[in-house]
Amino acid sequence: MRRTAWIAGCALALSIVGTVGFASAQAQTTLRMMWYSDGNEGEVMNDLLRRFEDKNKDIKVVLDQVPFKAINETLPVQLASGQGPDLARVTDMGGLAPYLLDLRPHLKDAAYWEQNYGPFLEWMRVPGNTTAIPGYMTQLTVTGPFVNKTLFEQAGVAMPGANATWDDWAKAAKAVADKVQAPFPVAFDRSGHRFFGLAVSQGAKMAEVNGEPQAVDEGFKRAAQLIVDWHKSGVMSKELWGSVSGTAYRGANEEFKNAQVVLYESGSWQTAQFDKTIGDAFDWIAVPTPCGPANCSAMPGGAALVALKTSTHPAEVARLLDYLASEEVAGEFYARTLFVPGHIGLAKKGITYTSASPQAAAALKVFGDAVGKLDPVAYHIQGDPNSRIVFNAAISRLGQVVVNETTLDEAYKRITADVAQQIAERKKKQ
Amino acid sequence: MTDMMRLPEAAARRPAGLVAGGAQALMRLTDPPMRALQRLIGAARMPYVFLLPNLVFFGLFVFLPIAINIVFSMTGGTALYPAERPYVGAEQYARLLDCGSYLDPGSCQEDLFWRGVGNTLTFTVFQMVAMVLFSLGTALVLNRPIRARGFFRAVYFFPVLLSPVVVALIWKWILQRDGLLNAALTMAGGQKILFFVDPGWAMFWSVFVSVWAHMGFYTLILLAGLQAIPRDVYEAAEMDGTRPWRVFHRITLPLLWPNLLVVLVLVLIRSVQVFDEVFVLTGGGPGTATVMIVQYIYTTAFANQVQNFGLAGAASVLLGAVLFVLTMVQLFLTRRRSS
Repeated sequence: MRRTAWIAGCALALSIVGTVGFASAQAQTTLRMMWYSDGNEGEVMNDLLRRFEDKNKDIKVVLDQVPFKAINETLPVQLASGQGPDLARVTDMGGLAPYLLDLRPHLKDAAYWEQNYGPFLEWMRVPGNTTAIPGYMTQLTVTGPFVNKTLFEQAGVAMPGANATWDDWAKAAKAVADKVQAPFPVAFDRSGHRFFGLAVSQGAKMAEVNGEPQAVDEGFKRAAQLIVDWHKSGVMSKELWGSVSGTAYRGANEEFKNAQVVLYESGSWQTAQFDKTIGDAFDWIAVPTPCGPANCSAMPGGAALVALKTSTHPAEVARLLDYLASEEVAGEFYARTLFVPGHIGLAKKGITYTSASPQAAAALKVFGDAVGKLDPVAYHIQGDPNSRIVFNAAISRLGQVVVNETTLDEAYKRITADVAQQIAERKKKQ
Repeated sequence: MTDMMRLPEAAARRPAGLVAGGAQALMRLTDPPMRALQRLIGAARMPYVFLLPNLVFFGLFVFLPIAINIVFSMTGGTALYPAERPYVGAEQYARLLDCGSYLDPGSCQEDLFWRGVGNTLTFTVFQMVAMVLFSLGTALVLNRPIRARGFFRAVYFFPVLLSPVVVALIWKWILQRDGLLNAALTMAGGQKILFFVDPGWAMFWSVFVSVWAHMGFYTLILLAGLQAIPRDVYEAAEMDGTRPWRVFHRITLPLLWPNLLVVLVLVLIRSVQVFDEVFVLTGGGPGTATVMIVQYIYTTAFANQVQNFGLAGAASVLLGAVLFVLTMVQLFLTRRRSS
């Protein structure tokens, strides 16, 4: 009888524990985060999320790692249809601003966010809104050139100095390439954003008339002419800008890693990748952005982890972002991923990149310094909600000029028309 | 001994019997409701009941999307749902068709569409000629009593089984700057050729890869046609001492003509629809030298910053109209052949 009572007691205790466990499991909120990676940031984020889950048993975060193309092409369609994840890592902050969730009511300390992410929050807000806090910068990027130092040494050509112009670098890179038979003296990512890095230094302003960007100005034309001339003279190979059509992105990462490129105009986000893949195969360095007649500015950019209006758990999303954007966690993320910090406080203190090789650390220092030299025009262009339309129109039409399909004058007309047409289409409402 | 031999046979027969039994049971189960339905609606209407599942399937997945596409083509803006999109009438069509001269894409408002049309036409003409010639040549060779004929038939058909993306990636790997072909060229003392930077080469390889990938299918159709030609006709020609070219010209070609027509029309329809292989192989470049109509539609709807579903919808409707005409031609020709 005593034995039976004992068994019955145990069974009752087990069932209570089981019920409580089941109930708590039922109460767990699952958040979905859409994420793309250039380097090891997915791995680092996963690690940080597991630590968050250990401290917050009621929240589970699923990290959906997708190609960058999915972020650019699939996510906007999903969001337009009212579907989508709770959070996503995006680069087109202005374009997606209407779909971003303002977390201000749920955040622990909105002032901390304003203080440390303030200048970049403007990129995530719809025009006219000055208060929304939809997310934080997982990285600040700046465009800039990587140089294969070994090729310069092999060719016996002196490297241009700190305030060298684009022309100086183009001549030097061509001289090196000719001597060492490198197929790509200068390579630019086939991207409107990278083109505007050059254009800003040439005086492009992308001024707004009646709220619409005027893409083609004198600075823009000077930069476009340079690109076309460089292709004609062999400074740039048609393989990047000429081999694909439309707005397609084409980088030269593989070519640079294979020591086929003398100067590669890309940006800070490539540092970790080059550090890992090039190793000691050759010496590579990042150099300050070459100067143009207007300035020596690069283009800022970056990726933000943002909350989306499609989320049905804004409070939990805010808790997660409060954790990830905290100085300690964000600092660890930037340090481990070798990213330029998009956090004002950390940028001032400086990040110690413990896992970086000396050349990666030196490159990050160069990019960090470039942030301080950014021209206000570059910030304005990056923050313009229509900037991507201009970038895409520019790259698509200049690509046609590079392969002699059209002339520069015709391309300017087409760029202006493309931008106007797309903005008009965007404005059409029922 | 006899009983022992019969045992496996009986065992093999058992599953077949089970299946037949199951089918009969199922028929018995459905018989009463079907009879009841027939009494209710009459025997004349019963065929429509049997057609209904397919009609629903086609309606949902073919006709409804076509209707939605037509609705989209008459709307503007960037909203996804038709109900939220402003009606613009024929504006998108007018934009696509607004041209100074249809032979000069630069004079058109939507120049990229017309470049796509021009490229698709060029691709179609070259691909049709190459596909028919190579398929016919291969079928003629494979129809002869050559050694390892079965092996070669399999070899020519194998690329048909591959995904178009895989085919394009393989060829991209072969044709790139440091690819297999350039390695062979430099080993032979030649210069590297940048195939994807020259518009002529890019179009050539787009056609070549497409022919390589699909030739096996058309060869099979022509081979079937060749094997259906009675042997005695050839024997009679041989007895008359007819020369081989005359045999081909006077016997093979006329008797193979129905199959050739089918091949021609199928190749034509597939060429107009081409997208995946060329898109993966060349990305539409250099410039817009290999941008096809379907790539234009895809880019306009999904890859551009402002996703212009209306304009893409209008281009799809125009392409659909062309394909509809081509399909009608195919139906007409195949019906004429069978009659």
